Amino acid sequence: MSRIITLRDALREAMSEEMRRDENVLLMGEEVAQYNGAYKVSKGMLDEFGAKRVIDTPIAELGFAGIGVGAALNGLRPIVEFMTWNFAVLAFDQIVNGAAKYLHMSAGQYNCPIVFRGPSGAAGQLAQQHSQTFESWMANVPGVKVVSTTDPYDAKGLMKSAIRDDDPVCFMESEVAYADKGEVPEEEYLIPLGLADIKRYGDDVTIVSYNKMMKVAMSAAEELAKDGISAEVVDLRTIRPMDYDTIINSVKKTNRLVVVDESWPFAGVSSEISHQVQRYAFDYLDAPIVRVNAKDTSLGYSSVYVEEYLPNPKRVIEAVKQAMYV
Amino acid sequence: MKTTVKKSKYSKKTYLEWYRLMLLIRRFEEKTLMMYGQQKIRGFCHVYIGQEAVAAGMMSALKPLDPIITAYRVHGIALAKGISANQVMAELYGKVTGNVKGKGGSMHYYNKATQFYGGNGIVGAQIPQGAGIALAEQYKGTNNVCVTMFGDGAARQGALYEAFNMAMTWKLPVVFVCENNGYAMGTSVERTSNVHDLYKIGAAFDMPSEAVDGMSVETVHEAFTKATKHARSGKGPYFLELKTYRYKGHSVSDPGKYRKKEEVQEYKDIDPVKVTEKAILSQKIASEKDIQKIKDAIKEEVAAAVEFAENSPLPTPEELYKDNYVQEDYPFLD
Repeated sequence: MSRIITLRDALREAMSEEMRRDENVLLMGEEVAQYNGAYKVSKGMLDEFGAKRVIDTPIAELGFAGIGVGAALNGLRPIVEFMTWNFAVLAFDQIVNGAAKYLHMSAGQYNCPIVFRGPSGAAGQLAQQHSQTFESWMANVPGVKVVSTTDPYDAKGLMKSAIRDDDPVCFMESEVAYADKGEVPEEEYLIPLGLADIKRYGDDVTIVSYNKMMKVAMSAAEELAKDGISAEVVDLRTIRPMDYDTIINSVKKTNRLVVVDESWPFAGVSSEISHQVQRYAFDYLDAPIVRVNAKDTSLGYSSVYVEEYLPNPKRVIEAVKQAMYV
Repeated sequence: MKTTVKKSKYSKKTYLEWYRLMLLIRRFEEKTLMMYGQQKIRGFCHVYIGQEAVAAGMMSALKPLDPIITAYRVHGIALAKGISANQVMAELYGKVTGNVKGKGGSMHYYNKATQFYGGNGIVGAQIPQGAGIALAEQYKGTNNVCVTMFGDGAARQGALYEAFNMAMTWKLPVVFVCENNGYAMGTSVERTSNVHDLYKIGAAFDMPSEAVDGMSVETVHEAFTKATKHARSGKGPYFLELKTYRYKGHSVSDPGKYRKKEEVQEYKDIDPVKVTEKAILSQKIASEKDIQKIKDAIKEEVAAAVEFAENSPLPTPEELYKDNYVQEDYPFLD
């Protein structure tokens, strides 16, 4: 049996189920307890699990991320919520120099089973400091895993796997997708990290995307179908480790690739995919890879800027047509 | 600062253990500097010479499984927390028999069996981590106290203020320890803040805090006994500023020219190893023979550690890829 629930409900179900399953799992962050979450993802969790396991923190990202890291080294499985990944920049020392390094520095003695989660990417007219994507930043670091999704079904299954994972996981969501709805089974299920999912099958071109840009990619694919172009759409779901096999197999079938990626173009997720595809599917490509990124600029407030900055279906359609020489 | 020898309140066993640990650290570090000079040891290297009373006085006041986390001046604490001289020296040599298989070098030692959390190379980053280790102890309902050590330089990091605040709010079982050796690399405490008495930082959080003579092993022991009793009883954190001194530079590459010779001498006059030896003998706590036995054993232990390190194999390059992830089949890029 399944029902239609929102992304925020799916994330909450995943965390709550894992907290019922394992008493060492706890949630901490700004406004997660009494306020029920800045975006209501943790609504009701304080009531069920109590203040020992659902912990309101002061506004001190570096400090509470570090406390999470220490607790993880000492046997707990903290979920650390950042109100947005933009604020997590203050905590990058603890993620990059701490969580990612302990296992290696201690030659296997101390692992750090922690989930850092929160929304990533632009979410309306929020201006320069609240609009960035961090998937490519975190995925650059050996020692962490990176998940990014807005699909309720994927989010629930991946969050449960992330919490059970013995390595640190950075989990990226989206403010503008928390109310998105999707079909989610009532029965328990997990989705392993590191597997992409083909959300739409097609023959003429492969479109790879993730997080809320999947909606842009899917909408472009629908439009393209009206013009007789059959696009296959691959949802990465996990950014590190990336499922190159699924991408490369799809490109071997369609011979053309467009990557829709909200990262900035320089060393973004699309750069990495382009490298891997030219290396492992060079002879299969009938056209250069085309990518659609956020524009290489800071994002300003005005709606005009937002419209200019973000990938949209029109840009994706143009990119596909470029890759198809039509 | 004057250190006077009080009438002994402690047993012969305690005194000899203090003396043994301090002398081991002293001789080990002297040998480390020598081997660094011979380029057997490379990279950053920060020795503990001068600060040994902190390690010894602390260890005698702790329970064996009280967690400790510290910074990168870590050889002494590593030895104190049960990592063998062989393993510490082999690590400095970058050998596979080292404490962390040559992955950590001078700054990173760990011992999960005794709850030793290292060994952190980012100034002050271990302060919130120590609070988190304490949170886990509180969560699991143990009676352990996490000792979270840092230097005077780290006392100016924002991470400290965030961690102090949360540790007090949540009454975490943690003893924060600032080893104030007077200098953050080449910058004196007086030049980094308007507040020169570091223990006063605790006052902003209503955290019980005090300054302690860190050159006296008895005084350090007493301070830790009081602080851990407080933290263990559920009353929350305690902050100790241990006034100590490093005789050498910040690291092996620092000649320490920012200090006057007289200042260094002033501390060498109250050297914890010498003072403790003198106290043991003058108060007839133990005999010359007991002392000589310890000296001989340590000389042998340190020489054996060098020999062990010299004769140990280097790691294979494949070892580099291990321990990035617990996941064994993690698909690395090439």
